[in-house]
Amino acid sequence: MSSNTYQLLAVAVCALCTFLLRLAPFALFRRGMPPFLRDLAAKLPAAIIAVLVVYCLKGLPAGSFSSGLITLVSVAFVVLLHLWRKNTLLSIAMGTALYMLLLRLI
Amino acid sequence: MGKKQLFLYAFRKSIPVMLGFLFLGAAYGIVLQAGGLTWIWALYTSLAIYAGSMQFALLPLMASGASLPTIALMTLMVNSRHLFYGLSFLDVFRGMGARYPYMIFSLTDETYSVLCSCRQDPEFSAMDHRACWYLALLHQLYWVTGSVVGALAGELLAFDTTGIDFSMTALFVVILVDQLKAGGRDALSSAGIAMALALTFLFLLGAERFLLPTLAATVLVLGILQTIRKGG
Repeated sequence: MSSNTYQLLAVAVCALCTFLLRLAPFALFRRGMPPFLRDLAAKLPAAIIAVLVVYCLKGLPAGSFSSGLITLVSVAFVVLLHLWRKNTLLSIAMGTALYMLLLRLI
Repeated sequence: MGKKQLFLYAFRKSIPVMLGFLFLGAAYGIVLQAGGLTWIWALYTSLAIYAGSMQFALLPLMASGASLPTIALMTLMVNSRHLFYGLSFLDVFRGMGARYPYMIFSLTDETYSVLCSCRQDPEFSAMDHRACWYLALLHQLYWVTGSVVGALAGELLAFDTTGIDFSMTALFVVILVDQLKAGGRDALSSAGIAMALALTFLFLLGAERFLLPTLAATVLVLGILQTIRKGG
């Protein structure tokens, strides 16, 4: 197999597996969801997004104290700013700016 | 809402992801190009795979000539969280006709989260779901553009963008806050359970392996609690 063919196939395999994962729930419940699952699915967004937040912060326990502190302070800032101004763009932009600033100062 | 308003709504909703995807995409393009691949590969991978962390992980795998089954297994493990996203949009996507397959294909972490936040908007239920399609397309357009530009002109981006990836963390934090405010006690308790499980598994299994067990346990625990509540 030439190196180009190998790379083309490698990307195709990766793309196919990613798509299959995303497809699975739709293929599994083609005739609609049982009511039990429907109620459960309604609770999932908040839970899954909470897990994604932890996923973004997964490097904290193994990282340095100061980088952990910078991250936690920036996350707290985003939460407070968002509760106060309720403006998604503002919260993300200011939070990221603060994080990048603290990274360079500390 | 007319077509134009639907698009404008989707565009407004897509802005929070724009900066993050352009810069993270550029970072990906730079890494890819440094590994000896050209921008065509940035285009191909970002169009066909469209999963950020896995695209990064694929580069060293390909460079070392990993076997195709290894790549398949790695992808299934790294992206396993995507198994759960469709559950929230079975009905919404199914009603979208020819756009249905693309909606499934493009369900990334970020698109999933922003769609969840769209669903809380009062106008969403009455809206033509074509807006979701526009949103998904815009997100991928940002990602593809970022990665191709990064591969072509990575060195020209002279300024230091370290830390820009925090914008994705901030996005998830903001959407979580909105979910909790709109969802009341139900959302608060399911997010609390999920977060407690995530932290437990993070400390037990480590950063590389905690995600799939966490998601599986979260669905299981929420399911059990729902059964108990229904029974009692």
